Amino acid sequence: MAQKKKRGKIIIDRERCKGCYLCIEVCPFQRIEVDDTLNRKGYHPARFIGGVSEDGKSCTACTQCALVCPEVAIEVYRAK
Amino acid sequence: MRGNHVLGEAAVLAGCRFYAGYPITPQNEVPEYLSGRLPQVGGVFIQGESEIASINMVIGASAAGVRAMTSSSSPGISLKQEGISYLAGMELPAVIVNTMRGGPGLGNIAPSAADYFQATRGGGHGDYRTPVLAPSGCQELAEMTFLAFDIADRYRTPVIILGDGMMGQTMEPVVFPDPIDPETLPPKDYILNGCKGREPKTIYSMILDTERMYRHNLKLLEKYQLITANETRWETSGTDGAEIVVVAYGTAARIAESAIEELEGKGPSIGLFRPISLWPYPTMQLRSLSENVSKIAVFEFCAGQMLEDVIISVGDRAEIYFYGVPGGIVPTPADVADFLLSVGRGDGKIGRRIEV
Amino acid sequence: MSSEAAVDYEKIFGRPESLKDSYTHYCPGCGHSIAHRLVAECIDEMGLREKTIGVPPVGCAVLAYNYFNFDMIEAPHGRPLAVATGIKRVLPDKFVFTYQGDGDLAAIGTAETIHAANRGELISTVFINNAIYGMTGGQMAPTTLLGQEATTTPGGRDPHYHGRPIDISRMLAVCDGVVYVERCALSSIKNIRRAKRAIKKAFRCQLDGLGFALVELLSPCPTNWKMSPKQAWEWVNKVMVNTYPLGVIKDTTGYED
Repeated sequence: MAQKKKRGKIIIDRERCKGCYLCIEVCPFQRIEVDDTLNRKGYHPARFIGGVSEDGKSCTACTQCALVCPEVAIEVYRAK
Repeated sequence: MRGNHVLGEAAVLAGCRFYAGYPITPQNEVPEYLSGRLPQVGGVFIQGESEIASINMVIGASAAGVRAMTSSSSPGISLKQEGISYLAGMELPAVIVNTMRGGPGLGNIAPSAADYFQATRGGGHGDYRTPVLAPSGCQELAEMTFLAFDIADRYRTPVIILGDGMMGQTMEPVVFPDPIDPETLPPKDYILNGCKGREPKTIYSMILDTERMYRHNLKLLEKYQLITANETRWETSGTDGAEIVVVAYGTAARIAESAIEELEGKGPSIGLFRPISLWPYPTMQLRSLSENVSKIAVFEFCAGQMLEDVIISVGDRAEIYFYGVPGGIVPTPADVADFLLSVGRGDGKIGRRIEV
Repeated sequence: MSSEAAVDYEKIFGRPESLKDSYTHYCPGCGHSIAHRLVAECIDEMGLREKTIGVPPVGCAVLAYNYFNFDMIEAPHGRPLAVATGIKRVLPDKFVFTYQGDGDLAAIGTAETIHAANRGELISTVFINNAIYGMTGGQMAPTTLLGQEATTTPGGRDPHYHGRPIDISRMLAVCDGVVYVERCALSSIKNIRRAKRAIKKAFRCQLDGLGFALVELLSPCPTNWKMSPKQAWEWVNKVMVNTYPLGVIKDTTGYED
């Protein structure tokens, strides 16, 4: 039986992000990258790529990124 | 009733509902008494593991809104200085009782009174002052305890009651003021009891921004000016037309009284100026008194601490003489009488003349 | 194919109410921010915010009262457990916890810590162990590991010269008044999830009147360890746990995990 795949998205508050990149470390599907622009504090924040990875993965709202984010900069949304 | 017990009973009657303290002679009867008495009125007694822990428990209890007290003796009061500075900075009320003993260091358990500087000049760090009350005997111990809690609450400040080992052990009859029910005390709007129905509150003393810290210190300064205007206390007896005025506080004042009585009609007329608040010191009152007096005789149980406040108050308006016995030796009224006769002769043979 | 705009999302992770919407001063990758969030989540989930009084340390988390959204009182360095004792004894129906670092709890505050714990005060303590003094710039902490470089242990901590690291959690476990001690870490998804469960359990000990409970959290300090956040995580997981192994140190609660 095919399970309905969870679809999710995150919103990263780029001004709150301090560029620790722990979220990038833990995202199982590499859907977060380093933003090459600077935020007001001088950090390169993390940025949600969204979409689908090369091997067909997309955000499933697993919340691992938000769990490790020290700044509570990530909100996680799951499709209803 | 014994002085230390008077203190405990007066505290409870004044609405104190938290005490934390550590045993140290000569005030052990205070925690002993309160360990049984406080639970009787639904209060909290904790024998803290140190004087440091005790003053910090008082910080917590005060922040939670109850009248809180700790007591100790000189070396233990040294340990509490950090806590007292924090209480002043956080503007929390508390009563701290120092039943003074010999020092410095471990000292002895005799009734020296050498903590005047420690009590009135801060003792802890920072720009703060602590109201200090100096009772003279058991009746005043009872009354000053009520007053101390009142001043503490009214101005949101720690208050020190300065007793000594002799006062703590002496038994005298006492009439206690009417008991206060803590429920009838005015509510405190700064206390912490959980943020239900309101915004969270914080109590702190760290202010990193120098501009804000400056203003906070100005606010404290205004408070101390208000206390100086309203809470300066002293007593005079026989000072009208007196040639010599003795300045003494606490137990020393009782001995001076006896000496003065002994010398009645036997030489120069002698009066007594007894400061009751050591901070704020009755500087102005002593100053105006000294304008009409030729000699001021300072008598303390130490090497000369209140003496400095007398010098500030009197200056060169009168001759200043000093007789102080450090180390816990308690001079007899006869010793003090000899000093006063020496002052009358102006020969500086007993005690010494202070050059200003 | 439904477009993004047409999909209905619900928020499943966000800021807990017990954490103010403030920008913290903590370094990138600091364990404090994660620990704050876990504490705030537990307080929210257990419905405690309106009856909580917290006591922060002196240390990097001295400004915790700017981040937590409930009553807090500052304490002199090392004294939170004495201050908390005064509060809890006077207000026994409130929830009182301390949040302390390694210097606060296990150096200057050792006596206050041991005695509050030993008396079995109904207080919960979150103990952040980052094996260094962060706020003052990286000096040795009582928990600094042997061989670890700190600004006051040039060349690395030497047991003969600097003494050995202290395991305060194991020391506290000896006390009868202590009912639950667990050491967790903020250095992996699994560890962070376990840490949250431990904090909740410690809080439960107070609510159920069992006794004193403490959760030690090994916490990354990238700045003072001179590592990246990722390296700091690895250092916790590979090095720090050898001196401070994770796990339950004492549990007399009878709670099922």
